[in-house]
Amino acid sequence: MMKSGKWLLIAALLAGSATPLAAKKEKEAAPPPSQGSSAEPDNPYPSTYKAYPGRPTVIRGATIFDGEGGRIDNGVVFLNEGKIVAIGGPETPIPADIAVFDGTGKYVTPGVIDIHSHLGVYASPGVDALSDGNEMTSPVTPHVWAEHSIWPQDPGFGRALANGGVTTLQILPGSGNLFGGRSVTVKNVPARTQQGMKFPGAPYGLKMACGENPKRVYGGKGREPSTRMGNMAVDRQTWIKAREYQKKRAAGKDQTRDLGMETLADVLEGKILVHNHCYRADEMANVIDMSKEFGYKVTAFHHAVESYKIADLLRENNICSAMWGDWYGFKMEAYDGIKENIPLVYKAGACAIVHSDDQDGIQRLNQEAAKALGAGRRMGIDISDEVAWTWLAINPAKAMGIADQTGSLKVGKMADVVLWNGNPFSTYSRPEKVWIDGAMTYDSANPKLRPVSDFELGQIGAGDVK
Amino acid sequence: MSKANFPLSPFALSLSKGARLTLATLAVTVASPVLAQSIAITGATLAIGDGSEPIQNGTVVITGGKVVAAGAGVAVPAGVKTIDAAGKWVTPGLVSGFSRVGLAEVPGVSETNDTRASKSPFSAAIDVAPAVNPLANPIAISRTAGITRAVVVPVAGSGMFAGQGAVVDLGADMNPITKARAFQYVEMGEEGKDDAGGSRAAMILTFRMMLTEAQSYAKAPASYDGGTKDALLNRVDAQALVPVVNGTIPLMVHAESARDIVTVLSLKQDFPALKLILAGATEGWMVAAQIAAAKVPVITAGLEDLPSSFEKLAATQSNVGRLVKAGVPVSMGMLTGDSALQLRLATQQAGNMVALTKVPGATGLSWGQALRTITSAPAEAMGLGDRIGSLKPGKAGDVVMWDGDPFEMTSAPVAVWIDGVQQPIENRQTKLRDRYATPNEGAMPKAYEW
Repeated sequence: MMKSGKWLLIAALLAGSATPLAAKKEKEAAPPPSQGSSAEPDNPYPSTYKAYPGRPTVIRGATIFDGEGGRIDNGVVFLNEGKIVAIGGPETPIPADIAVFDGTGKYVTPGVIDIHSHLGVYASPGVDALSDGNEMTSPVTPHVWAEHSIWPQDPGFGRALANGGVTTLQILPGSGNLFGGRSVTVKNVPARTQQGMKFPGAPYGLKMACGENPKRVYGGKGREPSTRMGNMAVDRQTWIKAREYQKKRAAGKDQTRDLGMETLADVLEGKILVHNHCYRADEMANVIDMSKEFGYKVTAFHHAVESYKIADLLRENNICSAMWGDWYGFKMEAYDGIKENIPLVYKAGACAIVHSDDQDGIQRLNQEAAKALGAGRRMGIDISDEVAWTWLAINPAKAMGIADQTGSLKVGKMADVVLWNGNPFSTYSRPEKVWIDGAMTYDSANPKLRPVSDFELGQIGAGDVK
Repeated sequence: MSKANFPLSPFALSLSKGARLTLATLAVTVASPVLAQSIAITGATLAIGDGSEPIQNGTVVITGGKVVAAGAGVAVPAGVKTIDAAGKWVTPGLVSGFSRVGLAEVPGVSETNDTRASKSPFSAAIDVAPAVNPLANPIAISRTAGITRAVVVPVAGSGMFAGQGAVVDLGADMNPITKARAFQYVEMGEEGKDDAGGSRAAMILTFRMMLTEAQSYAKAPASYDGGTKDALLNRVDAQALVPVVNGTIPLMVHAESARDIVTVLSLKQDFPALKLILAGATEGWMVAAQIAAAKVPVITAGLEDLPSSFEKLAATQSNVGRLVKAGVPVSMGMLTGDSALQLRLATQQAGNMVALTKVPGATGLSWGQALRTITSAPAEAMGLGDRIGSLKPGKAGDVVMWDGDPFEMTSAPVAVWIDGVQQPIENRQTKLRDRYATPNEGAMPKAYEW
């Protein structure tokens, strides 16, 4: 650890090297830092995303799943100035002289939210030079931020939009480490920089991982952790340090800035949400106890292939499960994966989310949800289509801390909307149009409203319907 | 084949079906033989699998393990058990055009994974057939999802030739092999160049030299010396490539990019007897006319639409539709994803091909064409078009009855027959589901609930 005096000197030198213009801008963007060497800039990589221009738009006559479990047949949804202005039945009043899309026979949903993506950090093409998702040089890397790995030119973003209707996604570091680093939530808009995609005001997440990955990666290097008990021990030692750091920080005591500890202290203060990769039921139970030992909350278990075994425990602890529709068996801890995982979690009254963790799966999260829906109904669990849509909408929005802004079609929320050409639980349906903050960013009928990333521009197949 | 349950014998793999049945009657069996039923499934929405569209109120008649008749207005013979399929869909059993089912129980657990032998001195001679485990859970799970046959492909371990693949059935019995040594598999792209030393130039040279050595072996097997320092192939691998260079067994070539596909097609100039099958062919649509002219079938992933590698820059979901439109016989299989586990994604692949017909500018498939890519097309690519893959008279009694449109993800099979034998549709996943229908433990721990 550097002495704080020396750190101050370096910080001053760094600040001096900035151009006056940049320095001025930074001053405007960031609030004045508090006193002391542990002072953290509030938001050093701020979002520069601004909604793209839209126009007042009405979709009328469609079946609407509002994302919170509600359904409106022959509905009307009115978007203006980036927000949902009105939603209701056919009698809903709308102003004259605005664009009206006939949604007869079609479906309207809030934009799909993927709580678990590695787009941009494990980009296409999958070459080593673009493999930036796992800082596997130490099992404890809470100091890394996924946003600093995101390549905005990953063609996967555009596919997730056009084929999947994905409007918001959380991009996480990989699961090689116990503490993988900070995640970031982005709007699925093409941009030159990751800042241009960042979801304004969304809280950060902390990616954690239990189970086989960390013990395999570090056991393979001949170091700790090489066992599940090693995983837990390193986690707990780290939380002890984090607690000390957080206490000092909260007390305003001087200490050298530590990026990892800043993230963990924010977790302990509830500002950063924990997204914990974990497969097995027994390990999730251990993690829940660990969170109580150190006074933090696990927001969601990711992958969670055995959530169905402890759905009661997850409900009692108010923890979401972000799950696949049908992945199983590819490694030992996935051996007990079943298609009924999602509906069983739902049935127990716990929070169920469908996630992708995959650049192909993110294009068909609606179909993953359909697998779960069908499996649930077959075992006698009564689930309506509109309730199942919560798995892709309000539930992930809540677990990402953005439910007040998006994740459902409620008046005043962001106009993140998909018009599907049929029931989105059908394999035969695809997004027809997608709006993000009221701006139409995809229209299947308009080839020019298909994003082409820099990587694909001028290449064979650029602009092709994908 | 599933006429009877009997212990897997290494000899069984090389015996004809008739001989195996004889063996079965002689074998000491643990379970009693399960005989094929004579059944008529009536009143179904029926799809034949030959590319034709589904018909209403269809009937399928199976006797002696084979399809006797299928269609509308088919009379049910006397003495045949009738199964009412009103409101149900009936299709041929699905055929995965590309898989590694039965070669791995848990792919990430190396002890259970027989897909690849990177430390073996052998390559082309490797034969996956005796390694297929009919008791592997992914076989039962895939069967439960309506997959009744699968093409099983080895992974290249040492060198670009991976070995000989097989066609298997997924029946609940100990004899999974439909056709052993159905094809030879070779890598001819980014992976192939790596296997061959690092460049495509070396890959093509290696391929040519190996096939030339096989020709030398064929001319004078006794004098072929695979031990010389110039020889690329040992005797066993050279022998295994003889039927490839003679065109007796097909050569399945994994090539993704348009340029690699053109290279593969040109190999026939020097080795005219080669019977090619293209696997992958993500950029196949760019050279669809050439593939069609060469009469080479394609087995592809269907839904790949990302430039996930530099050999897939032009990936699009319309690849299949465009190839079919050009006259190429196309099958779908697990070219990407979990090839040992997720054969059941076939219906999702097929359904999405139908979805494309509603997307402006995309090229998709009709429902019947889509079903063909996961039934009769892969059967024909394997030279088994006369035996499996559709519900035409004389084909194996591989039938699936579904509770809805099989391409909808909310649908599932309610009954599965292989060679006319009704299959169990339980597996350890359904058992786990039932055990944890409520998560709370009762008076006794969950371990006692079974």
